[in-house]
Amino acid sequence: MAYKFDFLSIADYTPVLVKGLGVTVELIAVGAVAGVAIGIAAAWARTEGPRALRPFVTAYVELIRNTPFLIQLFFIFFGLPALGVQLGEMQAACLAMAVNLGAYSAEIIRAGIAATPRGQYEAGASLAMTRLEVFRHIVLKPALARIWPALSSQIVIVMLGSAVCSQIAAEDLSFAANFIQSRNFRAFEVYIVTTVIYLLLAILLRQLLRLLGQRMFRRAPR
Amino acid sequence: MMAFTLWDIVRNLLLAARWTVVLAVVAFAGGALLGMAVLMMRVSRHRWQRRLAWAFIELFQGTPLLMQLFLTFFGLSLAGIDVPAWVAAGSALILWSAAFLAEIWRGCVESINRGQWEASASLAMGYVQQMRYVVLPQALRIAVAPTVGFAVQIVKSTALTSIIGFTELSKASTIITNATFNPFTVYGVAALIYFALCWPLSRASLRLERRLNAPHRH
Repeated sequence: MAYKFDFLSIADYTPVLVKGLGVTVELIAVGAVAGVAIGIAAAWARTEGPRALRPFVTAYVELIRNTPFLIQLFFIFFGLPALGVQLGEMQAACLAMAVNLGAYSAEIIRAGIAATPRGQYEAGASLAMTRLEVFRHIVLKPALARIWPALSSQIVIVMLGSAVCSQIAAEDLSFAANFIQSRNFRAFEVYIVTTVIYLLLAILLRQLLRLLGQRMFRRAPR
Repeated sequence: MMAFTLWDIVRNLLLAARWTVVLAVVAFAGGALLGMAVLMMRVSRHRWQRRLAWAFIELFQGTPLLMQLFLTFFGLSLAGIDVPAWVAAGSALILWSAAFLAEIWRGCVESINRGQWEASASLAMGYVQQMRYVVLPQALRIAVAPTVGFAVQIVKSTALTSIIGFTELSKASTIITNATFNPFTVYGVAALIYFALCWPLSRASLRLERRLNAPHRH
């Protein structure tokens, strides 16, 4: 059968796509920054933090890493109101992304911390630094430099996973795609265009993270 | 209104979880077969084969699985095939996991020392024989742990097929939530079932990694 592609039919909806793209970028920005912050805190808690804290952090990491993002998203958006926590769809989406990335990056960052030579801790101690100071000033940066490529790919994976946020009506790029599709019935074209945008976004994000890594860790030891 | 006890919720979710398992097994088996073919092209000596495999991997790793699901769902029906949701779900997951498995295994093949290739070449082995008797057996050993680890990703990714209307664990959760108005319990139980499926695989992956890497441990 002959299917006539009509990509021009999407042109009218460019503003919708641009708006969706903006929301997706917002989701990544908030999710990535908050997620890595959670990851650093969790990695610290698992390696150096108070022993009483460790089981909880381990439970968080294992639970998030072994359940689908979609279910986490639904639990936060639909389930949490039962506890009196009512979140808007953007807040819920950002929170879900941060919590998800937090668990994965915790494991990645922990590997970076574990690779720190003992001598570094001893050197810090000999300068009369506290353990927290040693962590902040000596351990963290080289650890991040070591695992930066892995962390970057995880951020890209979480960005691609953000497409699911449309399911709780966060108006991101995939939400825009569904919206356009329901208007002009050009499903195939719409999803091809959106998929290409996501692909470009992934390539761009990867390059951006690479440059960021180069800037941040220029003199960091390997 | 019908009253749902906690047991009703758990039982129905467990019944739906069967489809999650079936879909994950199909995706893994199909993805492994296709992934092996992509891997062969990716490490082939012909440049265009390598490029093609690279493009395939880049495409499926660089786009959201959700979009791939939508495209197979609508794309296949445009090709004149009336696709039930499970066919679209199965094919998309197979393509997606093939791309990831091929890339995971490429790392394993490339970690085999160049000297192994040279040694087998000096025994007058052809490319296929080198691959078959020398490189792959060693690479497979290294590949076991990350492959089991990736199975976890597959199980979790089956959740997305609920969005194109395949009734597995996630879809069942949504349906039951709509009937019981108790999302907290339903999604909580669903999460626990996913955890029960994935966690053993994660543990196994970790243990295999430790065991099979023993010679490389410092």
